[in-house]
Amino acid sequence: MRAAVVSFPGSNRERDIVMALERASGRKPVVVWHGDAEIPDCDLIVLPGGFSYGDYLRSGAMAAHSPAMKALKERAAKGVPVLGVCNGFQILTEAGLLPGALMRNATLKFVCRQVHLRVEESQSLFTNAYEKGQVIRVPVAHADGNYTADEGTLKRLEDRGLIAFRYVTPDGRAAPEANPNGSIRSIAGIFNESKTVLGLMPHPEDATDPNAGGMDGIGLFKSLVDALH
Amino acid sequence: MIPNAKITPEVVKEHGLTEDEYALLLKIMDREPSLAELGIFSVMWSEHCSYKSSRVWLKTFPTSGSKVLQGPGENAGAVDIGDGLAAVFKIESHNHPSFIEPYQGAATGVGGILRDVFTMGARPIANLNALRFGSPDHPKTRHLVAGVVAGIGGYGNCVGVPTVAGETNFHPSYNGNILVNAMTVGLARADRIFKAAARGPGNRVLYVGAKTGRDGIHGATMASAEFTEESEARRPTVQVGDPFTEKLLLEACLELMAEDAIVAIQDMGAAGLTSSSVEMAARGGLGIALDLDRVPIRETGMTAYEIMLSESQERMLLIVKPGAEKIAERIFAKWELDCADIGVVTETGRLIVSKNGTVEIDIPVAPLVDQAPLYRRPYVASPKRAEIKAANVKAAEPLEALRKLMGSPDLASKRWIWDQYDHLVGNDTIQTPGGDAAVVRVRDTRKALAMVVDCTPRYCAADPRRGGMQAVVETWRNLSAVGALPIAITDNLNFGNPERPEIMGQIVGCIEGMGEACRVLDYPVISGNVSLYNETNGQAILPTPVVGGVGLLDDYTKTVGIGLAAPGRALILLGETRGWLGASIYLREIAGWEEGAPPPVDPALEKRTGDLVRGLVRGGTVEACHDLSDGGLLVAVAEMALAGGTGARLDAAPTGLPGHGWWFGEDQARYVVATTAPEAVLKAAAAAGVPARRIGETAAGSLTLAGAGAISLDELRAIHEGWLPNYMS
Repeated sequence: MRAAVVSFPGSNRERDIVMALERASGRKPVVVWHGDAEIPDCDLIVLPGGFSYGDYLRSGAMAAHSPAMKALKERAAKGVPVLGVCNGFQILTEAGLLPGALMRNATLKFVCRQVHLRVEESQSLFTNAYEKGQVIRVPVAHADGNYTADEGTLKRLEDRGLIAFRYVTPDGRAAPEANPNGSIRSIAGIFNESKTVLGLMPHPEDATDPNAGGMDGIGLFKSLVDALH
Repeated sequence: MIPNAKITPEVVKEHGLTEDEYALLLKIMDREPSLAELGIFSVMWSEHCSYKSSRVWLKTFPTSGSKVLQGPGENAGAVDIGDGLAAVFKIESHNHPSFIEPYQGAATGVGGILRDVFTMGARPIANLNALRFGSPDHPKTRHLVAGVVAGIGGYGNCVGVPTVAGETNFHPSYNGNILVNAMTVGLARADRIFKAAARGPGNRVLYVGAKTGRDGIHGATMASAEFTEESEARRPTVQVGDPFTEKLLLEACLELMAEDAIVAIQDMGAAGLTSSSVEMAARGGLGIALDLDRVPIRETGMTAYEIMLSESQERMLLIVKPGAEKIAERIFAKWELDCADIGVVTETGRLIVSKNGTVEIDIPVAPLVDQAPLYRRPYVASPKRAEIKAANVKAAEPLEALRKLMGSPDLASKRWIWDQYDHLVGNDTIQTPGGDAAVVRVRDTRKALAMVVDCTPRYCAADPRRGGMQAVVETWRNLSAVGALPIAITDNLNFGNPERPEIMGQIVGCIEGMGEACRVLDYPVISGNVSLYNETNGQAILPTPVVGGVGLLDDYTKTVGIGLAAPGRALILLGETRGWLGASIYLREIAGWEEGAPPPVDPALEKRTGDLVRGLVRGGTVEACHDLSDGGLLVAVAEMALAGGTGARLDAAPTGLPGHGWWFGEDQARYVVATTAPEAVLKAAAAAGVPARRIGETAAGSLTLAGAGAISLDELRAIHEGWLPNYMS
């Protein structure tokens, strides 16, 4: 699997995701600078976490209009898979590649902690290594992770199996105390219509090392390696 | 401001200079200064920049050792950690600004210390902080906690440096003067540590980073004066931080440092362009000429005075090799930051600053720095406090006392705070907040750095010398408990007004105690910061010499945490317990009594015990380890139980010791370990000459005391985790 990670001024988890991709695939991804209008030929494009452009205006809003994003959109339209984590998810919603929006956390505070996610859909490029209903433990670290969308969109996401992950208790129940940011219906990650784009707030890349955060996140990257070779 | 206003005695006083200091200035200048020149003397001779009250005492610290690559005097200290790498670290206060404007004050405190570390060529890998707030009942405390924590998080999270450890205390002495001490640890190549000494007359001086505005003018002078009710009107002197620019500046500087371009580099921190240019020139024994018309400016009509004294954030001053200006311009353009050639290194030995073609500042650098006032202020030693025997202290039911202590402000969980800090970014955090010390991996090696901040101000107030020693040995203990070999410390000395002999006595006592502990432990001081005048209307803070310790693990997979992970493990107490309740948390929270001599501190004993514990951790003999400090044995076991989700059954207190002394005494040099090999631990302890005693074993679900009942972990957790969120909501 040849992956390209797009780095923006203010990205800060690109090293984490580069390592996770390397751990899963044995191959170092290419890092693309935001100002580059070209993204090299690849099997997967990743938007990492961080504070692109300082999150000024709105999280992800300015990055969504960078030259690299224009190239990314063209590539995504041709079916190249795109993964957006945290700030990457925010950018994907701002760029219109995923529906809905990510608002300030309900607590109004940044939150960094381990959370539990339930895998809602295992039939995808991104989640095939997991079982449907499996609970995994990965961290979140964000101030704007409160997902919202209109009722029609939510219904469509539910009906078509486009909700990838939900925040749950360790025993797999969606509950307010397990939801770190107030996201509607405990949504932690969603697919686009063709399930070629995944955006999620938690950081599976920080759960790919037995000595630092555990291994529950590696499945996402293994899934991609499996599907994309 | 008018550049050439008449210098009246009032103007001199407003600039914080005494009559004698002004007379010295006149002697150095041999003429009346311009206002801008007066401003420069004022900030360079402020307590904050000149350490004029503490310097004679700071010199008594041990600062060298086989691992020390850079001791005090540069932007940060550096120690050798092998493999051609260096750990670079420093702690710094941002107390006064954080009280006036908590979010920006704390945020820019983090920004400043990050720059001190990456200026040295190090990539920051971790932030820590030590916070002191007033009484929870004080009307401002909640607002200050919220603002400071949000500010620290807002800055560090955005820059992408994990905030991995810290400590937070509450005490009425901080009602009018909170303490915000921020520490950064970075990694550099040992052969590529960048310094701040100007070299090579003719070399260009570059200004990089954010533009200069009017924020923070005279911040250093503000930080060198007592607070009064009017201080809050000084809000305009608090700088405003932009972590996004800091992140760009960090990446751009590290990228430029990888080229062969930089002669010297210094961050524009306190006193901005003034201190950075003066200090670079002074260290190199050279002069610098600056043209202020070339400084990137954010506001119109700024005078030389304002430009030189602005404390706008996220700026650096560089001296580059001949011809390297182009490399710098290219890299800073990539990161969309200003890069301006504003001057040149000269042989004149003078700081010559011009604006609009006119020389407005012309000061001889060496006397400005070398003849800075130096005071050996009179002091009186703090009166000795009587020892308090446990038998004379009210005895409470141990579990009742535990409930109260675990929910008390100082001992309650600080999860509400660290949840707001990204402590995981970088994916190298091996031990997260809540343990004895944080452990952060050195990427591409098996090594890791352990780091911690500690101080017990109530001990320092009761006996400055003992308290100073205790702050040092507690970091030593915490690092040893995670299996690290302590290497060196950085210190942040926070005190009241040094012009008062009793405060000066605290300063002297703490410094002497710290120095003694450092010498015995071979644990040198490599950087630090002093914050004095932490007083409001004559009320001083508790003496608070915060120590930041850094240690090395050769193999990060060998570290252990404090959590009890499974039932059936033996719990062993290492070290001697005499039941010392003087100046303890128990005495304060249960008996309502802030009195007595603090526990004796014996650095040699700490060394022997710490070496034993480190060996047990590294050898895999223990599964969990926790040092004993605030609250003593029972609080430590309760913390271990909550951290790992497994309880314990503890034997009754040994005969001959009052129960409350056994459970809550704060005797030093002690640890609790959990092990499947108790005989091996007892044998190793005997060989090391360290008392060891089996005190019980781990058990599911609750904490049980023989003959004194039990408490479920659920109840204990609700108490421990509940206090701070409930207080803040």
